Amino acid sequence: MKKRQNNNPNALELLTADQKTVSNINQDYKTKFGFADEFSNKIDLGTGIDQKIVREISELKHEDNWMLQKRLKAFQHFCEAPLPKWGADLSHIDFQKIHYYVKAASDQSKTWNEVPDTIKNTFEKLGIPQAERKFLAGVATQYESEVIYQNLKKKWTDQGIIFLDTDSAYKQYPEIFQEYFGKIIPETDNKFAALNTAVWSGGTFIYIPKGVKLKMPLQAYFRINTQNMGQFERTLIIADEDSEIHYIEGCTAPMYSNDSLHSAVVEIVVKKNARVRYTTLQNWSTNVYNLVTKRALVHENAVMEWVDCNLGSKVTMKYPAAILVGPGAHGEILSIALAGKGQHLDAGAKVIHLAPNTSSIIHSKSICHDGGRSSYRGLLKIIPGATNSKSKIVCDALILDDRSRTDTYPTNDIREKNVETAHEASVSKINEEQIFYLMSRGLTEEQANALIVSGFIEPIVKELPLEYAMELNALINLTMEGSIG
Amino acid sequence: MFKITNLSVNSDTTKILTKINLTIQKGEIHAFMGPNGSGKSTLTKVIMGHPDYQITAGTIKMNRNDLSKLSVTERSLQGIFVAFQYPVEIPGVNFSNYLRLVYNNHQPKNKQLPVFKFRKLLKEKAKELAVPEKLLDRNLNENLSGGEKKKMEILQLALIKPQLAILDEADSGLDLDALKIIFQGIQQIKTENPQMSILLITHYQRVYEFLKPDFVHLMQQGQITKSGGMEIVKAINQHGYHEKETK
Repeated sequence: MKKRQNNNPNALELLTADQKTVSNINQDYKTKFGFADEFSNKIDLGTGIDQKIVREISELKHEDNWMLQKRLKAFQHFCEAPLPKWGADLSHIDFQKIHYYVKAASDQSKTWNEVPDTIKNTFEKLGIPQAERKFLAGVATQYESEVIYQNLKKKWTDQGIIFLDTDSAYKQYPEIFQEYFGKIIPETDNKFAALNTAVWSGGTFIYIPKGVKLKMPLQAYFRINTQNMGQFERTLIIADEDSEIHYIEGCTAPMYSNDSLHSAVVEIVVKKNARVRYTTLQNWSTNVYNLVTKRALVHENAVMEWVDCNLGSKVTMKYPAAILVGPGAHGEILSIALAGKGQHLDAGAKVIHLAPNTSSIIHSKSICHDGGRSSYRGLLKIIPGATNSKSKIVCDALILDDRSRTDTYPTNDIREKNVETAHEASVSKINEEQIFYLMSRGLTEEQANALIVSGFIEPIVKELPLEYAMELNALINLTMEGSIG
Repeated sequence: MFKITNLSVNSDTTKILTKINLTIQKGEIHAFMGPNGSGKSTLTKVIMGHPDYQITAGTIKMNRNDLSKLSVTERSLQGIFVAFQYPVEIPGVNFSNYLRLVYNNHQPKNKQLPVFKFRKLLKEKAKELAVPEKLLDRNLNENLSGGEKKKMEILQLALIKPQLAILDEADSGLDLDALKIIFQGIQQIKTENPQMSILLITHYQRVYEFLKPDFVHLMQQGQITKSGGMEIVKAINQHGYHEKETK
């Protein structure tokens, strides 16, 4: 078990070498990731959004007035705020064609046996139970808008760790909930955070008490299943002083022809001396608009690490943020974006240094191929008085063909003299000599490309747990196949 | 087994190889000598199918298959291997990982090896060829010294066991100790695979202590100007390439 948690530099080795497994995954893709289970959803409020829908969602969840008011205020802001004028083209989203609330199973299930068969079938195709057998310490899986399955090892409960779906946490821990919900990302933050706040459902809530260090990662899978269904999960993680946690979310989605919207909000509080790593493996089908707001508040000598891997979706706009509020706080954002045909991934990072001796690292790796477009968009801000702060930004882009495009939009706003900042950016085209060399050793052009891409992102992939590194590489091999010529 | 007939090659519009003829039979060792820029390295790249070069006339055949109709990958799978003079670096790609992909691509499905079995084979081969084991966990040629890169090329030769091995200045940039290790390795692979043909490209006679050529060809200005036995080597050693040219 312990070995799996180590950052294994050989993770790639097992994977890229394992052509057999990879090609099997390729063959199974449609059945593995592109299926849609048929079962009757228990509650579906239909398509479109208005105040009535927002009220209904709140009512169905038996919420208190404060939450209803928050939702309504957020809805108001959502209606008033214009679409962002920068980034990807969002003009094709038809908000009235999206499902805002679908409840697949009415009861929370604590054990695998209690999960309905059709849903279980879906998860089995995704390999979730296997992942659990291997190293999952606790599972909270979101299916449709509601968490239907969760399981937390008893020893953690004994340690005071709370790992729940967000709806349950709202009911069971109202004080903690009200103290933090919407405080880091207020409902007026941006149009999509507002939409999420108005209609949020499900998501993950984690509280780690003082001094508790969780060595095993916690994880949750998210899936969209109902056509045209928006998924608006809400995640809140509070790491109390001196605590440590690694949370992983992995996404796969069925392939649908109509556009879907995924708009999540993730808020994280990292208290003094605590350490949080939040890893995302995003593989939405390529019709999903993935518009996510993620932000962490990092206190004195605390560490926040975002590891963000984006492979899927039609459009992604996501800029995980670390607000360094306490002296000595450290923020790190490592990201991968792989944009293929019809995809525009506008991803990046935000770091705001508000205290002295804070430090940050941003490392972005983006790849575009087959007409795909990837952009790095970053903001580094250092306020006056944040003396002795350090920041390093590295963004590397790899372009595989002439039809693809990559852009870098870095913004540095530095108002303090006594700081150290470094910014490196590189754009490279795939090297013909490398391809020739690999092919001269009997590799196919697709294998050669996939190998070069996996090497390019290796510095970030090695930060992932082994299984995820393998899954990511398998997905990359899969994505690269057929993208040549 | 391998036959080049009247081969002429252009790079863009520049003629770089003219009417090359060469026949290599199973197990033979051929040596190519010639001044820098005479077209030796170009010929190896053309044989392997490098996209920068266009065949304007003539054919290259391997076991009667016309190579010009095959992709680079297919040529490798047909049994041609080039140990490059300057192997490229591919950052972030683990060597053993890559080598297993290479090895398995050359095996029939039922002989492909899973990770751990391959690792065992790789370690054995590395030991035989005096390749330090730590190199196996490095990235593909990334930040390797010239000598280390050449060792890894020879390790790949041993794994692939081609029908025709082309060694493009496998001796260049090596000190005497490294040269000895590398050529003893090649010698060993040749002894184990006597049917393997070798095309040696070199400036220096010292490698013939390890691999004695059956045929020597002198290449000048994109043409084979002389073919024969070891007497050509002797003449070059006495008079240099220039002497030959003016004769």
